[in-house]
Amino acid sequence: MTEEQPILVFKDVEKVYRGGNVAVEHVNLTIHKGDFVCLIGTSGSGKTTTMRMINRMLEPTGGEILYNGADIHKANPVELRRHIGYVIQNIGLMPHMTIYENITLVPKLLKWPEEKRREKAEELIKLVELPEDFLDRYPSELSGGQQQRIGVIRALAANQDLILMDEPFGALDPITRESLQELVKNLQEKLGKTVVFVTHDMDEALKLATQIVVMDGGHMIQNATPEELLRHPANQFVENLIGEDRLIQARADVTTVAQIMLKNPVSITPGRSLGDAIRLMRKRRVDTLLVTDDDGYLKGFIDIESLDNNYKRATSVSDIMNTRIFSVVSDTLLRDTVDRILKRGLKYVPVVNHQGQLQGIVTRAALVDMVYDTIWGDSDDETSEHHPDDAAIKENSNAAMAEKLTNPVGTKATDPDTSNDKEV
Amino acid sequence: MSNMNTWDQFWYYLAHNGSYVLSQFTRHFLISIYGVLIAAIIGIPIGIFIARKRRLSDAVIGVANVIQTIPSLAMLSIIMLGLGLGVNTVIVTVFLYSLLPIVKNTYTGMASVDKTILDSGKGMGMTSWQILYMVELPLSLSVIMAGIRNALVVAIGITAIGAFVGAGGLGDIIVRGTNATNGGAIILAGALPTALMAIISDLVLGFVQRRLEPRA
Repeated sequence: MTEEQPILVFKDVEKVYRGGNVAVEHVNLTIHKGDFVCLIGTSGSGKTTTMRMINRMLEPTGGEILYNGADIHKANPVELRRHIGYVIQNIGLMPHMTIYENITLVPKLLKWPEEKRREKAEELIKLVELPEDFLDRYPSELSGGQQQRIGVIRALAANQDLILMDEPFGALDPITRESLQELVKNLQEKLGKTVVFVTHDMDEALKLATQIVVMDGGHMIQNATPEELLRHPANQFVENLIGEDRLIQARADVTTVAQIMLKNPVSITPGRSLGDAIRLMRKRRVDTLLVTDDDGYLKGFIDIESLDNNYKRATSVSDIMNTRIFSVVSDTLLRDTVDRILKRGLKYVPVVNHQGQLQGIVTRAALVDMVYDTIWGDSDDETSEHHPDDAAIKENSNAAMAEKLTNPVGTKATDPDTSNDKEV
Repeated sequence: MSNMNTWDQFWYYLAHNGSYVLSQFTRHFLISIYGVLIAAIIGIPIGIFIARKRRLSDAVIGVANVIQTIPSLAMLSIIMLGLGLGVNTVIVTVFLYSLLPIVKNTYTGMASVDKTILDSGKGMGMTSWQILYMVELPLSLSVIMAGIRNALVVAIGITAIGAFVGAGGLGDIIVRGTNATNGGAIILAGALPTALMAIISDLVLGFVQRRLEPRA
């Protein structure tokens, strides 16, 4: 795979104002084509400063910024800005220009011919699902959400590859904001644009970003994908920024199968007799046995149905074993497993490691816990909210609760001699 | 003549001296316009400049304010000392009085343009010259026009006094009327067109100003 040149590279960038006021320092950041990067932080964290240095609205006092491999400091700032889309919170449409004139402002600066501008404007306004006759209106005749739609497509009008957005939806009501977020995300994915997006809203960042950069006090605290950020917040600050609620809610998204699986599934080796199998089923109150070889590799399963049908003809487990078994690897995300279990109508999914050795089992009962957690997790937490390792506590109680629930293949936690199933 | 009342005398005067009144009217109007025009040509750039360099604005507007407080007759006399009798003295006086409204309104208009619009203009890659003539000036034009309108109305009044330094204009007719016995009609023949000119200028420029108002 050839490494594509990053569209934007920050090399130890700093911005220090006169009088020694440090706005940002030691910013090292690489942004690839098609990335959706959210800069997030509280006010004064330097996120806007960082963004505004990209199109030289602010000049860094140290380090360098490379745009498509070239130092932006050597570029003509006006030319540079015409090739970088720019969307700001207060929309900034020119009130004395029609929507058409607003959209085609940069193409006009770039001296595109009139027909090409008209064509572009019509294409773009369709893209944001606004009627074409809006082109002849003035910004004041549009609602805030419609205006910001225009603000967004204005940033695309000259085919800019990189788009900077400074809290573009901060002033909009939640419903309008949501529809615009979807619009931007769709446009970005459809057109393959690179977006640098400043926000203080973690929901927005998690929803839109492919890469989240957390900033505080002018420093980059963490630079990670949304999943990584939720799974491994770098420090307390990031955790607070994400918020307790989201950490819990997001667990379904970031929990791996291994974290919720039951660790001692009932299994049997292929060489054993069917008599052993039925005894084991009876003892453990299950209707299905997973079949593993002596080294714990998952081979298949037998269930009570096939056992009943073949009891007379067959003698060993291997004779009636069904090898068409669906399993998941222990570090897959639970989110995907849930989908499979529900869609395929499976009662359970065995969990294996990368070598194929049986590790545990995820049952529908275990999923009940996850769903229960997502729905009621908040109220459960109220008593333990002040514990920093709240998540860990919940994890444990989860496991305990999971084992109390009955499940088709799982074990009873109360049974003391369940540790060595294979030798039963 | 003496058997006519003032009003009849006024119409009689106009009928017999119509072209004279008209030529003074034109002269009066042009003197005012020249003064205001020069003030606009110099004052608007000053206004733009101090809008960019806010620290200078207090000083510049302060000076214009001081000029404005000098009584117009005193100003005319002072300038007459330098420029002598004639139309130039009046034009310079009109220019000086017009500076304050024009500079101040240009400054206010420029300063009141939404900063976020300027930011987005700059961020989209407009040069500062493009921002000036594509954004700032169109958006502050109506405020600047209000200043010019103000200045022109004041200028028409000052030009009337300009007759004392021999500049001509409708003031000349008024002075003639004050010097004549029972010259009430002649005074009216000078004063009424002056007032009319001021009112009409105000209305016309008011209309232009509203047309220039940016949509909001």
